[in-house]
Amino acid sequence: MPKRSNEPLLWSLFSAGGVVAAFLIPVHLFLFGVAFPLGWLPDPGYQRLLALVRHPLTRIYLFVLCSLPLFHWAHRFRYTLYDGLQIKHLNELIFTFCYGGAMAGTAAAGYLLWTIR
Amino acid sequence: MADTIALEVTRYCPERDAEPSFQTFEAPLRKDWVVLDALNYIKDKVDGSLSFRWSCRMGICGSCGMMVNGEPKLTCATFLSNYAPGPIRVQPLQYFPVVRDLVIEMTDFLNKLKAVKPWIVRREEKPLSAGEYLQTPEQMDAYKQYSMCINCMLCYAACPVYGLEKHFKGPAVLALAQRYNKDSRDQGAGERTDLLSQEDGIWDCTFVGECTKVCPKNVDPAGAIQQYKLTATIEWFQSLLMPWGAK
Repeated sequence: MPKRSNEPLLWSLFSAGGVVAAFLIPVHLFLFGVAFPLGWLPDPGYQRLLALVRHPLTRIYLFVLCSLPLFHWAHRFRYTLYDGLQIKHLNELIFTFCYGGAMAGTAAAGYLLWTIR
Repeated sequence: MADTIALEVTRYCPERDAEPSFQTFEAPLRKDWVVLDALNYIKDKVDGSLSFRWSCRMGICGSCGMMVNGEPKLTCATFLSNYAPGPIRVQPLQYFPVVRDLVIEMTDFLNKLKAVKPWIVRREEKPLSAGEYLQTPEQMDAYKQYSMCINCMLCYAACPVYGLEKHFKGPAVLALAQRYNKDSRDQGAGERTDLLSQEDGIWDCTFVGECTKVCPKNVDPAGAIQQYKLTATIEWFQSLLMPWGAK
């Protein structure tokens, strides 16, 4: 039997990250980048937001919000390097850099969200 | 409107020429003429040695695909007047080896096509006396769009991934595999999985989408490939979680 690819795992992270990045990040940009600073919506203030972040569900949500788009980036950037710069022969390096970067970002997000008090 | 238009046509005879060159011909610029009519005019009246493939002249046979001003086109459906005052540059479909002039070598495509079993696969054929395999209009709609493919290979000439990865199965082959996978009469999806789920099956595709854009029959190979990526991903997770399950 020919070797099955592990791409499905990477692609599903890529797709999930794309959905998160396309649907959720614009909401955050709108709220924190436009609506609160311009006073369109009442500013919740630092203390209330911190209380919100302390809730475990918010932490899980923010973890997903940080992690999945990183894997989306990793996949997209890997293929951009392959096809755009045509350096597929550096596959191991590119692979490690892209998905390693996403994993490092995920670990950093996890650490910060875990330790916030 | 001027009464003639210039065509810069690729001339190449691999046994004789070191590399392809262009030769310019003048052809009548008639309102009802397509690029293929101009090529036939040149072959009949000016230079009988010009080589190109064509057959039906009506967008059914898929033989006359060429690059027209850098875009993959069926030359039988590409009107000269759209390119007036010219010149029009006519080249063989890109990313394929050239046999001569505008004729490309398509063995690679045909081998890949055959490999995905583009026919209805049955575990057991019904005897003729048992009658037809019936299908509802909804079941037919599931695959009909893909069955419109005429194997013209414009999607290969449009696909930058195929240009880089010669092993990539490519848009039409993957769309035709889906055409049979989605057919309620077919039972061959399992036999096609191993081939389609490889790196050079669906996973080389980066969803550029040019294949769908250039298709003269409005097939959506890019969509077919994305659909199959989802199918393959679900199967991958299933075989991971339930390795004992039958493929």
